[in-house]
Amino acid sequence: MLEVKNLHATVDGKQILNGLDLVVDKGEVHAIMGPNGSGKSTLAYVMAGKPGYEVTQGQILLDGEDILAMHSDERAAKGLFLAFQYPLEIPGVATMTFLRTALNAQRKKRGEAELSTPEFLKLVRDAAGKLEIDMEMLRRGVNVGFSGGEKKRNEILQMALLQPRLCVLDETDSGLDIDALKIVSDGVNRLRSPDRSMLVITHYQRLLDHIVPDVVHVLSAGRIVKTGGKELALELEASGYAQFQGEAAHAS
Amino acid sequence: MNAEIRNIKTNAELALAEAYSAGKTRLPGGRNVVALREEAAARFDALGLPHRRVEEWKYTDLRALMREARPIAGAPDAAGIARAKDAGKRIGDMDARRIVFVDGTFVAELSDLADLSPGLTIRSMAQALAACDPLVEAHLGKVVPPEREGVVALNTALMRDGAVVHVAKGATVERPIHLVFATTGQTPASVFTRSLVVIEAGARVMLVESHDASAGHQVNTALELVVGDKAHVDHIKITGGPSDLVHVSSLMASVGAHARFNDFAFNIGGGVVRNQTFVRFDGEGTLAGLRGASLLNGKQHVDSTLVVDHQAPGCQSREVFATVLDGESRGVFQGKIVVRPHAQQTDARMMTRALLLSDEAEADSKPELEIFADDVQCGHGATSGALDEDLKFYLMARGIPETDAEALLVQAFVGEAIEGIEHAGLRDALMEQVVAWLWARGG
Ligand SMILES: Nc1ncnc2c1ncn2[C@@H]1O[C@H](COP(=O)(O)OP(=O)(O)OP(=O)(O)O)[C@@H](O)[C@H]1O
Ligand SMILES: [Mg+2]
Repeated sequence: MLEVKNLHATVDGKQILNGLDLVVDKGEVHAIMGPNGSGKSTLAYVMAGKPGYEVTQGQILLDGEDILAMHSDERAAKGLFLAFQYPLEIPGVATMTFLRTALNAQRKKRGEAELSTPEFLKLVRDAAGKLEIDMEMLRRGVNVGFSGGEKKRNEILQMALLQPRLCVLDETDSGLDIDALKIVSDGVNRLRSPDRSMLVITHYQRLLDHIVPDVVHVLSAGRIVKTGGKELALELEASGYAQFQGEAAHAS
Repeated sequence: MNAEIRNIKTNAELALAEAYSAGKTRLPGGRNVVALREEAAARFDALGLPHRRVEEWKYTDLRALMREARPIAGAPDAAGIARAKDAGKRIGDMDARRIVFVDGTFVAELSDLADLSPGLTIRSMAQALAACDPLVEAHLGKVVPPEREGVVALNTALMRDGAVVHVAKGATVERPIHLVFATTGQTPASVFTRSLVVIEAGARVMLVESHDASAGHQVNTALELVVGDKAHVDHIKITGGPSDLVHVSSLMASVGAHARFNDFAFNIGGGVVRNQTFVRFDGEGTLAGLRGASLLNGKQHVDSTLVVDHQAPGCQSREVFATVLDGESRGVFQGKIVVRPHAQQTDARMMTRALLLSDEAEADSKPELEIFADDVQCGHGATSGALDEDLKFYLMARGIPETDAEALLVQAFVGEAIEGIEHAGLRDALMEQVVAWLWARGG
């Protein structure tokens, strides 16, 4: 499904990713952990094609296809979804309009028919209900006046509607209270399927108790320095990242 | 030195003065109106067309932008009238009473004067001038006479037709009045329209002006508006036209006590457009919203100039202007709020935003506060910038193509100002205009 090969990337001329390799197979959930500033969000942004994030070397293949030459919207239509660490507020664009425009744009690009209003409303109502999002909120501007936790839930709502094949979740757990964490994790787990892969970026074991990963990676100084099973997350919780920071410094 | 410069008249100024002296005997009006015209013509002779050394016009050098004056438009022929049938379509399917002017002349056959609701009177300015109408005699040129305004003087000298609307005390006019000004003549011409609208105390009306034009015309239009005490008036002006159109518009409004006045200017065309608005608060406790949205591309130059004069205490004014600029266009916003010494408890807020879609576009903003009272709340803000790249990325990351993402953001930007229009149908119709504009841009 996803192959990241020897990825080097710079942001504003600053080298952040230094030869990152990662393979996520179909149906798998991988967690990425790592210290602040190690490049986790950078990896997510590079995958989604954020302007200013320049790949200087390497490849990102989605189902064998190099996505680096594609625009962000094309990547999304190919099935890539990034749940933002900091979802943005878009005053004046109603959430409903945003969701519908996004969904129909993706469908159009894939040669599928646009959804009728009743079809769309039913989809949103179902998905929002499961995430305990009030429909009234969706009439407001995108994320405008949403609390931190509501913004994160709204990201998962978008993911549920867009049905991506590869989900990248950047610290979706941060800012969530215990109940919201459960709602969001359940939302993510409902999307787990043999055809869908996930890359879950987090600092905390807590999230991985809910969304149990198949593989855990440690990212440090722009590369994967250790890969293991779900028990690796527990180990990190106990020992921290100090050992890997040394390793990364050594490796680069 | 100044006198010397002033004496050198441009071709346009000479032609306009000549048009007045040659045509004045054929212009409508009795003795008082003749005197008004003479005085205005003398003022225009002294002031000339405004130019960049006139502070209020420093961004819009009309003298330079209008080198030649077009000949005065004649009465429209059948073909011209036929071409005007579709004018004023930007209001969408809003039901309104159409009053149509073609090439500056009232056209009865395109206008709907039947079944006027009680208290509503509408007639053409030409008729009113010829008949020495007392309403016109009482108000014309007196509502908020701007000082040293060459274009208003020119309008007064050469005004030929327009609308005279009167709404009697306490009357509610349910159906909006739509004044459609279509300049469709095939040879470029000058058009001078002048309207007077008097809304008596406690009355309610919505007035929409649509200005459409074909190639190369020069339009100078003015509206004097009297809003009585406790009246509620919505005024929306929609201006479109080709890139070689010169459109100069002056709105002069006096607003009484405890009234509501909601003004909106929507600009979506024209080569050189100047919308100047002079609003004076004459009575206390009034709420006024003065808003506008402009969409500019190519080499368009659109200037919105506002003078809001708080002469009475306890009034609230809100100014919100949004301008979207593409191509090599230039947008100008000048907003001046004056608060007189006794206009205590004035609450005036002015916000102007420019969204630059191209590196070649330019937006200038000049807000001014002149406050002579001490117990007031006044503020202004101005922003100018490109589309937010992060927001665009967020939309694109959800699968929305770049042009659509930009269109959504532009609609949101303009929408904030358009929200100020009370009529939902008209709001939707104008948003459709915005969408169409974005499509034409390559959406
Ligand atoms: N625009 C930028 N210009 C320069 N450096 C940047 C820019 N954006 C990010 N960086 C740097 O890139 C590095 C990696 O940042 P990134 O956001 O990817 O870290 P992260 O692993 O997601 O951290 P966190 O756990 O705090 O979210 C940091 O050192 C950061 O300061
Ligand atoms: Mg991060």
